[in-house]
Amino acid sequence: MKAAAPPSPTHGSPRAVVGSQVSFEEEMFGAAFDGRVVRRFWSFVTPHRRRLWIGVAAVLVFTLTQIAIPLVLRHAIDGALAVGGAGIEVLHWIVIAFFAVAALNYASNFTQELIVGRISGSLLFDLRRAMYAHLQHVSLSFMDKTEVGRLMSRLQGDVNALQEFLETSIFAIGDFVLLIGIITVLLFLDVRLGLLTLSVVPVLIVVRIVWLPPARRAFMRAREASSVVNGALAENVHGVRTIQEMGREAVNLDLFDDKAKDNLHAHLRASKFSSVMIPIVDTLTGIAMAIVIVVGGAMVLGQELGLGVMVAFLFYVQRFFDPIRSLTIQYSIMQRAMAAGQRIFEVLDVPVEVRDAPDAAPLPREARAIELDDVTFGYGPGRPVLRNVTLRVEPGETVALVGPTGSGKTSVTALVHRFYDVWNGAVRIGGHDVRNVRQSDLGAHVAMVLQEPFLFTGTVGDNIRYNKADATRGQVEAAARAVGAHDFIERLPEGYDTMLDQRGANLSLGQRQLLSFARALVADAPILVLDEATANVDSYTERRIQRALARLLEGRTAIVIAHRLATIREADRILVLRDGQLVEQGTHEDLIGLGGLYARLYRLNHASFDDFSAEDAVAAES
Amino acid sequence: MSAPAPSTTPDRTLALVPESVRTRRTAVAFDAGVLLRITRMAFAHPWRMALGLGCTLLAAVAQLVIPQLIGDAVDFAQGLLASAGDDAAARDALAHAAALILVTSIFRGLFTMMQNYQGEAVGQLIAYRLRLALYAKIQKLSFSYHDRVHTGDLMTRGILDIEGTKLWVSTGVQRSLLLSVLVGGGAWLMMSIDVLLGCLALSFVPFVALGASLARLRLRTLWYALQEELAVLTRVMEENLGGIRVVRAFVSQAFEMARFDVISRRALTIAHHRIDVFVKSTTTMTFAFFVSMGLVLWTGGEKVLADALTIGEFASFLAFMAILQMPVRQIAWTVNSVARTSTCGGRLFEVLDLEPEIRNRPDARDLDIREGVVRFENVSFRYRKEGKGPPVLRDVSFEVRPGRVTGIVGPPGSGKSTIAHLIPRYYDVDAGRVTIDGQDVRDVTLGSLRRRVSVVQQDPFLFTAAIDNNVNYGDPWAERSAVRRATEAAQLHKYVEHLPEGYETLVGERGVSLSGGQRQRLAIARSVLPASSVIVFDDSTAAVDAATERRIHEALADVTRDRAMIVIAHRLSSVMYADEILFLEEGRIVERGAHDVLVALGGHYAALYALQTRSNDGAEVEDGAGDEAPAG
Repeated sequence: MKAAAPPSPTHGSPRAVVGSQVSFEEEMFGAAFDGRVVRRFWSFVTPHRRRLWIGVAAVLVFTLTQIAIPLVLRHAIDGALAVGGAGIEVLHWIVIAFFAVAALNYASNFTQELIVGRISGSLLFDLRRAMYAHLQHVSLSFMDKTEVGRLMSRLQGDVNALQEFLETSIFAIGDFVLLIGIITVLLFLDVRLGLLTLSVVPVLIVVRIVWLPPARRAFMRAREASSVVNGALAENVHGVRTIQEMGREAVNLDLFDDKAKDNLHAHLRASKFSSVMIPIVDTLTGIAMAIVIVVGGAMVLGQELGLGVMVAFLFYVQRFFDPIRSLTIQYSIMQRAMAAGQRIFEVLDVPVEVRDAPDAAPLPREARAIELDDVTFGYGPGRPVLRNVTLRVEPGETVALVGPTGSGKTSVTALVHRFYDVWNGAVRIGGHDVRNVRQSDLGAHVAMVLQEPFLFTGTVGDNIRYNKADATRGQVEAAARAVGAHDFIERLPEGYDTMLDQRGANLSLGQRQLLSFARALVADAPILVLDEATANVDSYTERRIQRALARLLEGRTAIVIAHRLATIREADRILVLRDGQLVEQGTHEDLIGLGGLYARLYRLNHASFDDFSAEDAVAAES
Repeated sequence: MSAPAPSTTPDRTLALVPESVRTRRTAVAFDAGVLLRITRMAFAHPWRMALGLGCTLLAAVAQLVIPQLIGDAVDFAQGLLASAGDDAAARDALAHAAALILVTSIFRGLFTMMQNYQGEAVGQLIAYRLRLALYAKIQKLSFSYHDRVHTGDLMTRGILDIEGTKLWVSTGVQRSLLLSVLVGGGAWLMMSIDVLLGCLALSFVPFVALGASLARLRLRTLWYALQEELAVLTRVMEENLGGIRVVRAFVSQAFEMARFDVISRRALTIAHHRIDVFVKSTTTMTFAFFVSMGLVLWTGGEKVLADALTIGEFASFLAFMAILQMPVRQIAWTVNSVARTSTCGGRLFEVLDLEPEIRNRPDARDLDIREGVVRFENVSFRYRKEGKGPPVLRDVSFEVRPGRVTGIVGPPGSGKSTIAHLIPRYYDVDAGRVTIDGQDVRDVTLGSLRRRVSVVQQDPFLFTAAIDNNVNYGDPWAERSAVRRATEAAQLHKYVEHLPEGYETLVGERGVSLSGGQRQRLAIARSVLPASSVIVFDDSTAAVDAATERRIHEALADVTRDRAMIVIAHRLSSVMYADEILFLEEGRIVERGAHDVLVALGGHYAALYALQTRSNDGAEVEDGAGDEAPAG
């Protein structure tokens, strides 16, 4: 496919790329064995211990029956059929023995597969649950610096790798026993012929060892190429409107073609590596069979070996390459599992910094004042975000928090809810240090509205109710009415039962905002912490949001990170933060009169305070 | 690890547990047309196919010969043992048999390798072609298509369905050939030795083939069910982790865990069920095989004792069975492959066969810009053509001349953005026409039209690439100085300059994360870079503060002097200076004129202006005008 003529006169290649330029592949292989990982993994296996042993026993029995079957055939030939055999009487006994072995094989096969499959399935879910549960409580600073996608790959890819490890390692025991068993039986049947036949095994092992590293590189390369090509496809799907708007179709198709070709070649190369093992194994099998026929046949002629033994050898020869193959695959799986395990346990080891004190007290409903007493706090050591901040919000008072980006506004609200613990000083609610009260009480006491209204996939009603499971439909509707969301909800196809697609992508930003207000209203907490949305909505919605906000603030103690002038002016008091310090406070008129930072910011922008950054603040001062 | 009792009542907890998505994939399907089409794609590589199929055939033959040779060797040994004949001749005969087995094994290996490689290669080539075709098709499909179709759906087609289709040659075509030769040839060879024994040896074949195929199809259905549950689980986890602050703010960890547990258990139940079906099927198949073998042992043994069969023949029966065991099970794979290729291929062709609604007319010519006058003539338009609801635009007419600015304001859903979408022909009008210099946009080529019309979106899509690549997106050959000028005009250059890697800094997750205002400024730089004649700002400075916006407009005045400009905005400060302002309501232009004229008029515009200049004491705006739909 050749692209159409590009839109500009072409001087060489365009400065253009498609798809993400950074590979998201993580370190895939670790050491083949990591005692710590295995021990910790074992603690997850412990609850299934008893069934696991039954499974292992079944694997052993199964393997033994596999070894036994050619032996039964050997006895059929040597004991009954060949020259000098005992005839029909023995044959019948042997047939009975064969059916008995087959039945045992069936039973053990069924048991091993079922137990191993079920245990490893359950383990997958247990591990994921443990990690997920832990993530619900780990420090928010960890969550802040870790991308959701990264965590998801722990919860999915890494957990799968460990499951695969368990599944294969139990079968690996079987393979190992099978290999040892076949070797033992061969040597037992005839040492000389056995040794000769087995001489091909080291050859295969050496070949596999030489083959493995480049083959694995080729396989990984193919995987990477796939993820690159799929990344570029995803970009094409998500950015299709921009691509059409900017007329980039031809250039992109050309660039994509390069990636698709690269992917094709990487896969062809990987396929070469996997194909080339086939004739090697087949040739070695052929050599082993030829040895059995030439040497074994001669021994049969010399009366040194039964004919049945020769037949049994021929059957075994076709079997012993399988366990070697799966054992070498197992090695890679182990390496992957160890790397995955380390990452999983890394997550499980992230400390939970904020916990209830052993003697945590309940928080009385009438505790309503908010107090920050000489608070110093930061996210990374040595870099305080708030420095010696002291402030007090009286019961029922609404305070607007204003300041340039990075001045520490969000940190103040996070501390009131004890998302983090302070370095120095104390945060108190109604005189109770937040570190001494139960977190669940604090949650019920302090409602929080985040800047980005976050909705879950579910119905509108469920999103308003959220975790307040006992809220009635009436309460939900009342809250929606109070914030002025009822009308638009009623107009949705199924009213309160309308499903929200993809976190409410089918609602406008303003509507999502109103829903998150309604959610806070249902929670009905005496203290409210609100981070006003910066994103612009149209004046009509804006008006509605202002009314809803007024309703929400009624009778509550509130800290509002305010961006809109209207909100700021309606507050009882304005606190101006800068570089982690409280620099000004008072009413709008006071602060304008003061002629400080607030006054300058106010003059800079006459209708809203949104999106001003540190550089604007500097500009405002000059 | 058992789940701690959730603190909320379970029935309420279920409320936020989404039902698993109804599958639109049929688990079992057979579509000869699709299979034929993919097979034809495979034969576009005739040499590879011929080589692959030839090798499949030869590998199967070699496979069939080996048991015969083993049987012969056993018979030699037995015969010589019985007759105690010439030692040297016996050794020669055995060596001969051994050499034959060795050579046949080597050839079998080589043929299988070729079969394997060529099967995979053709599959990869098909995947490559489909991938490219899908990519190109996605680019061409109109906005209206992308409005309807979920991005995840297209991604599934691009990843899973291509994956499913590419296996057709190896698991479908080649394996059917291998199986028919092996089972057919094996049956013929065994029957020709002994009919009864042959029947017994093959008695497991129909049973296993049918049983395994049914189980495989059942597993397929269960697999889809499991994937759906897991998709729900993924979504719940993603939402939880993405919204972790909401979770913490409401202290709803217990609630969230309960939610997780409900879905997790649902998925685990299916996973266990799958294991059960799988285990029952495979173990029973193996058992059936051994029962067959036991019968051969019994009957064959008696025949050997009755001298109706040689031991060598007996051994070759057993060797045949060993060879047939795996391929017969793989019949199930082939059946599965038919079902999988039918569904996956069908879903791919469904997209590939679509004709874009917006495409060049056969006689389309390039847009010829003489002045750059944009005209709307009695334009009416609606997004949903089924005729539900009122039109988005009704009888809209206006004109923008080069160097002039038209502002468009109005409540959400009044059709402002739709105007922006009709000029570069993202959608076609239902009535009336949109022209540039008198040429109907439907009569010119899309490429030439979109090159001359730039639209700056409110929520721009930025690419995970360097800032330079993002700004030059519309003209990747642009000089670096041109990129810099555009970025300067958008008031972003100072910011970029201070980044450690400047214009080479990556945008997105792994690079710098831009604020809403910066993203919009980047989009503005991107749109003013190409030499377009018409430029539309679709509320594209909403997140930029007013002071910066003013600077942008001053800087752009130079660039846009000879371009027609349309500015759509919520914030009146963005449009106040326009030569003409259109006030839209419910798809109609209800007021038009310059700012002063409209304020003096005392209508909708004046009310909005009053509302915005000073918030609290401003005029009331009647409720209910907006909110019906997000701005089109």
